Amino acid sequence: MDWQALALSVKLSSVTLLFLLPIGILLGRWLAYRQFWGKSLLQTLLALPLVLPPTVLGYYLLVAFSPNQGLGLWLVNTFGTTLIFNFQGLVLASIIFNLPFAIHPMQRAFAAIPREIREAAACCGMRPSLVLWKIELPLAWPGIVSAMVICFAHTLGEFGIVLMVGGNIPAETQTIAIAIYDRVQSFDDHAAAVMSFSLLLFSMLTISFTYWLSARSERTHD
Amino acid sequence: MKLSLLKNRLALSYLLLILFTPILSAAEIPVIAAASNIKFALEDIATAFHQETGKSLRISYSSSGNITRQIQQGGPFELFLSANAQYVEQLHQQHKTLDQDKVFALGRLALLSPINSKVILDEQLTGLKQALQAGKLQRIAIANPKHAPFGIAAREVLQKQQLWDTILPHLILGENAAQATQFASSGAAQVGLVSYSLALAPALKNRVRYLLIPSSLHQPLQQTAVLLNNAGDTAKLFFHYLQQEKARGILSRHGYTLP
Repeated sequence: MDWQALALSVKLSSVTLLFLLPIGILLGRWLAYRQFWGKSLLQTLLALPLVLPPTVLGYYLLVAFSPNQGLGLWLVNTFGTTLIFNFQGLVLASIIFNLPFAIHPMQRAFAAIPREIREAAACCGMRPSLVLWKIELPLAWPGIVSAMVICFAHTLGEFGIVLMVGGNIPAETQTIAIAIYDRVQSFDDHAAAVMSFSLLLFSMLTISFTYWLSARSERTHD
Repeated sequence: MKLSLLKNRLALSYLLLILFTPILSAAEIPVIAAASNIKFALEDIATAFHQETGKSLRISYSSSGNITRQIQQGGPFELFLSANAQYVEQLHQQHKTLDQDKVFALGRLALLSPINSKVILDEQLTGLKQALQAGKLQRIAIANPKHAPFGIAAREVLQKQQLWDTILPHLILGENAAQATQFASSGAAQVGLVSYSLALAPALKNRVRYLLIPSSLHQPLQQTAVLLNNAGDTAKLFFHYLQQEKARGILSRHGYTLP
């Protein structure tokens, strides 16, 4: 087991969640309650990573953040670093790649809250932020938690885009998924087997947890 | 109000802290990019280097062409060990390198097959030809000649033996020399035309048969080291270490010819 790669993967997943949690809640809630011009276009864009080949996103990130031109050059001149071949770049890629996995379940969870409940709270004079905190979040939390769990596991398993944008650098961009690939190419079948089996177990746990969570919330809703 | 502002500040600084904390403080250890064929020799050299100097290295393996592309895109490498001189020359012209480069070893090709394969391995590749004609050869693995020097050399050998066109539909391309070797050693391909140094890997002992290909059949695979623009002291020290007696002995043991 490559503990360094595992630690890096866990860190990447955690940091990605830190960003996706507020983004998912705000955007998911907004999409669930509001009608506005361009909504379907926005939803299309947000769902795009579901079908987009990771290499396409990887290619565009490489082009956008290349230090030889445009945005990448500006970042290098301003901050001394750009967003490819380092951890920060992987965080950005993971956020983009996980957007639909974070937003969809949260949007569904917010949409499932009956309108009367929210209106009743507003009529009683509750501020919108208080409605979110006291009424909506307690009702939507199973959806939010399962979205986060899926995003965590999904980030742990990302491969193509991590290899393309990250470049297999130990302790920087060599995540557990890349480490497995690297060990296979080093003919180290034992290490590859141990790491693969651990990820298999973890993925099964993740999926059963989300199923358990959705079954549980269906029971409470009935 | 003030309290919530403070809370926000705290949350923000916490966020920035975890984002920019290098994991396990490895960020100070220089990263070397190396062609995958040199993997096992380099691990041994890096271990010897660590024992003598106490300094560590992080090594990222890929095909030389892929690494070249990453360096052009700003990859954070301090030293590049390429499997041929052309990629280094290209980087040199783009002002991505320091000083002079150094050919520190010559790579060799090997014909390799899983231990239980029936294909006859010979220098003229007649066994390969016969197996192809008899329909006994479905897959042959080489590194991708588009960006891997060992793939380019393998193509040259096959072309010289007038086998390239016949073999084309049977080729599977490894992303680099190591992946091509993995394909051939695992039995996914029946034969591979790969790096000799990888054929000698301890992990493949008793798993493969191999035959050294005469170096006259392809352009020399000049293993070239070059320091890149952001090279620090450790990388520079290792660049010199690579050319010294200890490292040369290790390279020779791993099947490289010394210049």
